[in-house]
This record gives sequence, C-alpha cells and structure tokens, in this order.
Amino acid sequence: MTAAAITIRGITKAFGRNAVLRGIDLDLPAGQVTALMGANGAGKSTLVKILCGVHRADGGEVRLDSQPFVPVGPAAALRQGVVTVHQNINDGVVPDLDVASNLLLDTLAEGGGLFLKRRRMRAEARRIADAVGLEIDVSRPVAGLTLADRQLVAIARAMAHRPRLLILDEPTSSLSLAEAQRLFALIDRLKGEGVAILYISHRMSDIRRLADRIVSMRDGQISGLFEGKPLNYSGAVRAMLGHEITEVDFAIPEPGPAMFETRGLRLKPEAQPFDLVLRRNEVVAITGLVGSGKSALAAVLYGLEPAAEGKMQLDGAPYRPEGAGQAVAAGVFLAAKDRLINSVIPQFDIQQNLTLPFTARHAGPLGLMRRAAERAAAERIIAAMGVVCQGPRDGILTLSGGNQQKVVVGRWMAEASRLLILDEPFQGVDIQARRDIGRRIRDSAADRATLVLCAELDEALEVADRILVMSEHTLVGDHRNENIDLARLMAQVSGSAEKTKEPA
Amino acid sequence: MKSLSPTHLAIRYGFLVLMAGMIVVFSVLKPAFLSPQSAVFILQSVAITGILALGITATLVVDGFDLSIGAVATSAMMLSAYVMVIWEMGALTAVILCLLMGAAVGLINGLLIVKMRVPDLLATLGMMFLLVGLQRIPTQGNSISTGMVLADGRTATGTFAPEFLMLGRHRIDFILPDLVPLSVVVLVVIAVLTWVFLELTRHGRVMYAIGSNAQAAALAGINVAGYRVLAYVISGVMASLGGILLAARLGRGDVASGNNLLLDSVAAALIGFAVLGAAKPNAFGTAIGALFVGILLQGLTMLNAPYYTQDFIKGAVLVVALVFTFALSGRVGRARR
Repeated sequence: MTAAAITIRGITKAFGRNAVLRGIDLDLPAGQVTALMGANGAGKSTLVKILCGVHRADGGEVRLDSQPFVPVGPAAALRQGVVTVHQNINDGVVPDLDVASNLLLDTLAEGGGLFLKRRRMRAEARRIADAVGLEIDVSRPVAGLTLADRQLVAIARAMAHRPRLLILDEPTSSLSLAEAQRLFALIDRLKGEGVAILYISHRMSDIRRLADRIVSMRDGQISGLFEGKPLNYSGAVRAMLGHEITEVDFAIPEPGPAMFETRGLRLKPEAQPFDLVLRRNEVVAITGLVGSGKSALAAVLYGLEPAAEGKMQLDGAPYRPEGAGQAVAAGVFLAAKDRLINSVIPQFDIQQNLTLPFTARHAGPLGLMRRAAERAAAERIIAAMGVVCQGPRDGILTLSGGNQQKVVVGRWMAEASRLLILDEPFQGVDIQARRDIGRRIRDSAADRATLVLCAELDEALEVADRILVMSEHTLVGDHRNENIDLARLMAQVSGSAEKTKEPA
Repeated sequence: MKSLSPTHLAIRYGFLVLMAGMIVVFSVLKPAFLSPQSAVFILQSVAITGILALGITATLVVDGFDLSIGAVATSAMMLSAYVMVIWEMGALTAVILCLLMGAAVGLINGLLIVKMRVPDLLATLGMMFLLVGLQRIPTQGNSISTGMVLADGRTATGTFAPEFLMLGRHRIDFILPDLVPLSVVVLVVIAVLTWVFLELTRHGRVMYAIGSNAQAAALAGINVAGYRVLAYVISGVMASLGGILLAARLGRGDVASGNNLLLDSVAAALIGFAVLGAAKPNAFGTAIGALFVGILLQGLTMLNAPYYTQDFIKGAVLVVALVFTFALSGRVGRARR
C-alpha cells in the first residue's frame, strides 16, 4: 500500500439545516488516480470545495502528508500543494492575457517589482509548459486557444506549485476524444511523479481508462470503495445511485397505440442512432448518468435543438418543431429540470406561475385575462398536486422546494398533452413531495404518452411502466418495470454491457 | 393582509408620504404653489415626461432599457415641424409620420438587441446619438419655424395646423374654465391603456414573465424575442407621441428644447418602482412618478432655484427612490442564481 498523501477523517459540513457531508472518511494515496462518482447533490462538490479551501469543514480533519491541513482560502490550499482544475475552465485562466502571463499568474499576483521582465517571463513560462508537455507558443493570448489547450494551461500553471494532490472536476466534459487523450497522458505522467489525483467524472470511459480506485458517494456519505483489478464498475454505479428496492405498488396498465415515434434519431453526429416508441397510457422513464444525453433528447423533442439526424412522428404525422412554442402548440410539453433556472418566475405568484404557458386559454377578447377562470384553474391544479399553500396568490418563492416543484410540474399537467416530457421532476424535493408528484404523473397519464428523465434509478422504479437506459447519447436498454434484472440494468448504465474489455 | 411592520409601511407608503410632504413644504414657502395656474403648469410638464416614462416602463418590464426615448421625442418634434412648415402638409399627416418614425426606431432598437445581441443600454445609446444628429441634418442644425430661410434661399411659408397646436395648448373646462390641458387628457388615456395592457392582458403578463426569468418564459413556449421587440416598438411610439405634444406646445421645431426629457422620464419610471412598494416597473407607479417629478420641478422653479440645482435635486431624489426599491424591499427583481 502506497503512503496516503491525503487522509480525510470524519468530515462533516452543513449549510443551515441541510447536512451535505455526513462523516466522510477517505484516503487518497500518492501516485494513484482515485475516481469519485456521485449523483447531483451527493456532496462531491462540497467535498472538493473543502479540500481546495473554499469552504471550511464543520467537523473532522484532513491531513496532508500527515500534517494537519486547514487552508484559509484557495490561495493557501494552492501553496500547500492542493491544486484544483474546475469544470468551468475559464475559472482557471485569464483569457485576455498571453499564455506566459497565465502560467506565471500566481507569482505575478504575489507582486515583486513594478515592471514585468518580458524575456525572463517567457523563459520561465516555457520551462513550466515543457514540464507538462504543453507544446504551444507562450506568447499567444489564451483567448485564441482551444478549450483543451486552456485546460492544459490551467493544469500547467497549477503544476508550478509542485502539487501533492491534483483535483480534476469533470475535466473532459467539453473536450474531444483526441484532446481527452492528451489530458490522460498528462495524468499518467503526474501519477508517475507521485501526485495523488482525485478525478471526478460521470464518464465511464474516462474512469475505465484512468482509475486505480473508485469511490462512490451518496447522500453525503461514502457509499462504496472499490480497489484491485479488475475494478467493479457496475458495483460502483450501484453504490452511487443506490436502490433500496421500493415497493412498486402499481399495476402496469395495457399501453395504448403508439403516440410518438423516432426513427434513426441521432442526438450527436458521433452518437449511435436509436428508435424510440412511446405509447398512449404508458409512463416511460429514461435513466442514465449525468451527461449521457437525456437532456439532449429532451431538447430535440421539444424543438430547442435540431437532431443531428433522424425523423420524429407524433400521432402518425411528421413532427419537426422549431422552438418551444411550436412544440407546445403540437401538444408536446416539457417540464424542464433545474426549476429556479428554467421554470420558476420569481416575481409571480403561484397562480401566475401555474398558468404561464397557457395564458391564451384564460384570455378573452383583446387578450384580457379572465381572472375568475384563471383562479379556478389554478385552484384545481393546487388541489390535484397537493401544493401546500395559503392560496393561489402566495408568492412562488414563499413555498418550500417540494411545493415549488409541484407548481412547475403541475403547470404542464393543467392542460391535455399528447407527449409530456418531465426532465428530473423529483429534483431537490423531499420524499413526500416525490410521492405526490409521482402519483399525479401516473394518475393523469391515460390520454397521453409520458416520458420521465431521471438519473436516480429509484425514482424511475417508482414511477415508470418501462425503463430505458441511455448511455453515450443513445438508448442501450429497455426493461419492463417488473422483476427487473437490476444487475443488467446497472451494467447498461455504466456502459459495460457492450464493451466488457476496452484496451487501456 | 398580514400586519405591517414599520419597514413594510415605509416601503409601501414612503413615497406617497414624501410627495405629500413636498406639497406641504412648497405651499408653506410659496402659497401661490397651490393655485390652479401652478397645477396647470405641473400637469402640462407632466404630460410629456409621463408619456415617455410609460414607454420606458414597457421596456423595463421585459428587463430592458430604452435610452433613445428623449432623442426619439425631439426627432418627432423636428419631423412634425418639417412636415407642416416645409412640406406644407396637414396635421394628420404629421402625426401619422411621427408615430411611424417612432415605431420604426423602436423596431430597429428591438432587432439590434434581439437579433444582433447588442446590449440594450448600448444599442439605445447608439440610437440616441444617431437621432440627435440625424434630426438636425435636413435644416443644417437650425430650428424650424414659419418664415425661416431655407438652404436654397427660399422662405418657408408653411404653418403649424391649428388642430395640431390644440394638442399642446388647448385647455378643457374642468371645475374652473380652461383648467385641464388636452395633453394631460392624452396622458391619462395613455396611462390607463398602458396599465390595462400590462396588468390585465395576457401580453402584459407574459412580458413581466420575460423580465423576471426570460429562460423560463422561453421554455414555457413564449416568443421571448417577439415580445422584447414589441416593448421597444411601444417605447418608440410613446416617445414620438411625447414629441408631437412637445412640438404642439412650442409651435416650432426647436433644436434647443427637450434636453432633459430623458432624465425626467427615466426618473419618473424608476421612482414608479417605489410607489406602493411595487418593486417592479408598473404603469400606475410611473404616472405617480411623473407627477412627483413635475411637482418637484414646479416647486423649485417657483422658489427660483437655478436649473443646475434642479438637476442635482432630481438626481438625488432618483437615488433615494432606487434605495427604496432595491435595498428596503429586498425583493430585487432580478433573482440571479
């Protein structure tokens, strides 16, 4: 066993009453890549922020090379050798400066002398760039570089600090395959130099290529640690997603005729095409890791993005929406994920939020709103969804998260649709709200096709008649929600069904 | 209704109390302030800034801003004078051409912002400079009035049509004879229409939704770009209407007037945020805001305050109004997260 560069013991962190980390124990050995997996909200980013000095832990301790490690801020963490490359790469570089200035930014920030010595800076920058195998002209402005090169600049800049721990937060999410290969080669070199690497990703192909160990997180705790070749990938995914088998207390109804079909639909030029058939009176869930293409599919079905290729049919007629307005007019509704960004109108009350997409149906001559009709409609949805509030004129932001979610989901169930797409309808809600929303989705499903997109498997098991699995922007599995072979489903989620062996 | 804390009361009624206090102070210092004549002056000056401010309000509702309204108004003034004095056409032609010009400028503003992705402040600022220059090109920078000598040596013989001048000068009997200027009636009609449009129609509702969370509005199937352009068209038409009233009051195309239209109407619209604690752009608040600015200016004028003091006080009042809206109410409109 290699010496642990970092030991984490009993770390806890709460924001208000919301306990995000509930006792994390973790060792990160030098010279190994530890992959960290966890669904949204599992606490990954909070853990990273504690390690890189943005947040302070409430309890527990972190040791770096057996010395206590309590950074007072990101700069202090960096000086002590903990380097973080964030998902949003522009956090790590200053686009308007040239590569040399970026590489030396930390020394520049620390001051020393009024004027910059250009030639000496260039030479110093060249040395840093060479150390990580970065082959670009250091006098070029960063703004002109590709994302991959910017990322390498950010890493190179970080490497000047002789790091002990390098944290990479979803580094390949915007890289092409070739660019990712360059990053992997660099990671291999750093590993050889004895740097401990914490690699956060949802991409199974990255994890297969790089990971020496996998740690799964769930609900603020470590839910699984996997070591030793061969790594148990589907076990790691299962530990991350969890699935206390919920009693599926509904009978799967007889599905009606096909309502919506795709033929040879390709979400990205390089992705495999797939066919999808959604029937009336059927609730279909699509599950898959973050970035597997679920939201990309929603965007295509709702007319926000064109498909790379393929045809869609709604009720037997060709369906090719250009924009959300046309989709809604055709009877295809989307309850988007991330409600505060995509759904909630913060200045509006509950009623106005509920009727937002269908103001035309509550308006009379000259577009004047019919207030009584609107209020009656709002009260109907509030009752049907079980929104806990004093009345339809309460401000939307006075509601709890679960009740806000009921409002923005209920918005789309107020009117009849032909295809209702719900992207992460249970996001950030408590168990009771989750049950209410799920029941309402099923109860109202008779006259439409329903498609639920969710990363969490338990949610899919609770709501769907049929569960499809998405991976790398295509459908890889189709299961009737009855005595499901969870091992097979997990294998499909983690992408190991097709490629059991991939050369490293 | 929940019981209101002192802060709530201050937010809700603070500005109305301030306005009442201002009237009391001015009346004590200058008893003539309470006379019908002074009321007429106030209403007349309020009419033009009020209409412009209602136009700005439409753009504020969709989270935009229109800095070009002052320039649109003065352009409309010059255009109407040019049409009647130099082209010797009638009042109706002049009004229609001005309104079309305002709509066209608004459309261009909207398209610059929506299609070309120019930030709203910059697009309308550019439009403002463009119009300030453009309106003076046909007359080489001279004001337009009957009898002026044109570039080719002829004398302009056209006159302002009497029915056009009525818009700015005619007064209606109301309690006292000749009390209410026609332009004030125009303002009241426009204010009521704007209020109905923004508060009671689905289009107003949707525009507020865009201003509060444009992304969510777009995902609800709303034509966000279309409504944004509409807001600028409304603003342009309102501004040109204000310019028509200005021309009708002055009876000439005066290159020197209308300089403070922008500041006064922006102040009115932003003060409107604070009226009754609305914390959002709204037609009623804007009308009250315009009245507030009008009372302030008339009071200061009667106290013989010089113009630069007036600008200073207007600016200070605007800052106080913004504090009312954004700091005290805490419901900052743009919930960024």
